[in-house]
Amino acid sequence: MNAIEIKNLTKVFPNGKKALNNVNLSIPQGEFFALLGPNGAGKTTTINILTGLVQKTEGEVLVFGESISKNHTYIKSLIGVVPQEFNFSIFETILDIVVTQAGYYGVLRKDALVRAEEVLKKLSLWEKRNDAARTLSGGMKRRLMIARALMHDPKILILDEPTAGVDVELRRDMWVFLQELNKKGVTILLTTHYLEEAEQLCKNMAVIQMGEVVAQGPIKELVSNQETQLFVVDVVGTVSDELLKGLSVFSPKKIDDNTFEVLVSKQATLTQLFDICKSAHIEPLSIRPKSNRLEEFFIQLTQK
Amino acid sequence: MNFISTQWVAYSTILRKEFIRIVRIWAQTLLPPLITTALYFMIFGKLIGSQVEGVGGVSYMEYIAPGLILMSVITNAFLNVAFSFYSSKFQRNLEELLVAPVHPFTIVLGFVSGGIMRAIIIGILSLIMMSFFIPISIAHIPALIFFSVGTSVLFALGGLINAIYATKFDDLSLFSTFFLTPLTYFGGVFYSLALLPSIWQTLSFINPIVYLVNGFRYGFLGISDVSVLVCAGVLTGLIILCITWLLVLFKKGKGLKL
Repeated sequence: MNAIEIKNLTKVFPNGKKALNNVNLSIPQGEFFALLGPNGAGKTTTINILTGLVQKTEGEVLVFGESISKNHTYIKSLIGVVPQEFNFSIFETILDIVVTQAGYYGVLRKDALVRAEEVLKKLSLWEKRNDAARTLSGGMKRRLMIARALMHDPKILILDEPTAGVDVELRRDMWVFLQELNKKGVTILLTTHYLEEAEQLCKNMAVIQMGEVVAQGPIKELVSNQETQLFVVDVVGTVSDELLKGLSVFSPKKIDDNTFEVLVSKQATLTQLFDICKSAHIEPLSIRPKSNRLEEFFIQLTQK
Repeated sequence: MNFISTQWVAYSTILRKEFIRIVRIWAQTLLPPLITTALYFMIFGKLIGSQVEGVGGVSYMEYIAPGLILMSVITNAFLNVAFSFYSSKFQRNLEELLVAPVHPFTIVLGFVSGGIMRAIIIGILSLIMMSFFIPISIAHIPALIFFSVGTSVLFALGGLINAIYATKFDDLSLFSTFFLTPLTYFGGVFYSLALLPSIWQTLSFINPIVYLVNGFRYGFLGISDVSVLVCAGVLTGLIILCITWLLVLFKKGKGLKL
């Protein structure tokens, strides 16, 4: 069964801007799904329609088979949402914020207090429970938003750029936490600008651009379909014009005296590259992809 | 958990949050209106009122007391909901409610109850303060309860409608300054309509606050310039109108959804 199914979804804002155009998306139950796209592509609008903050213009959105047009109140009880921007009251304490949110989902206060201890401990916020939200660091505020979204034990968790502005160590801790949640059966829809994050966490993804889904499927499959990949090569000795001429099939570009980059197509092999270097008496020291494959896929797709 | 119990827990959560907010910032929510009412009461009732003849068989100070309490109830019910709701909208924590399975009616009820709570607290505190200066007697308890609670409900609903339409904080004070305050001052708080020239008397009847003040005064003193049944009818009609208006706004998502 699909946890989320979006059919022909269109959104036109009152100012006439078409944010979504005939979007179709299927996210199976238990999936950790990435929704990628450049700024203003329509990711947040899609999420906001799902969560009830934005009204759709046309199309159908089903959550576990139930239409949001018919039973949105019930559907909302299945979803936990971590928005892109902090939207809690900065004057309230952490405990008040999460317990109040649970109350909005019908969780009794005594049960919410028990759940709050469990969730806040898991996200290393329990010690800070009586502090006002404004005193928290950026990373703690992000964790608070996740804690708040989990208070009613949702079946679907929607994360809109949850690790934006979070340091590397904390980001990785959050990945582990989210993976654990997903293993417990929570369907996760993630939007992120960190493509490494999507590659690390998700099996399937969709890329949305200018309100339209331009790619959808398993990440590995989409990435492996790329026509070319950019590599950076460090060499012992100087990168000569002769070498670059020999490598013309790889569209080489000199970076500095000891480094150049090449575009390797699917048909070519790296052995060919090394052979040309060898014949020019240049010894490759290291070779690495300029960016990860998903990043390149994303750039190629969104620059089309 | 079924729909009704979810809504009940959500409603009590909104109300609890409102109560904590009112108490936490008591120096902004409870103290200033009490001081304002005390000043009106002392200056108009005690200092100027001592030179004025009684109205309807009671002293001027006793005559204006119910109107002053109701004025405070009106202002506080309105401002509490208007500022609390608009602040939530402005800081975007209203989204916490909008993404949750809370029915629009529950949201309306929660915020309106918060306004009623503050208005009634202020009303009771004002009454206690006045009891040190005038004898307090209640002529008709049901009328007193109906008009005090009904007026709080009406202006709390009005505050919510204002907050939904508001796009900046100025929009809240504009309505309160240029609409609510003049209507309240011309609503018969400080005078009996019988004292006005006939044209002003007639014009006063289009001011809804006249009916509320007179109904409330009837509850306290047993005197009113207008039939109490008409006052009750106007209040009920206005409440129904505001509830309908609000539910339409929520359904359309006006000011809440894009």
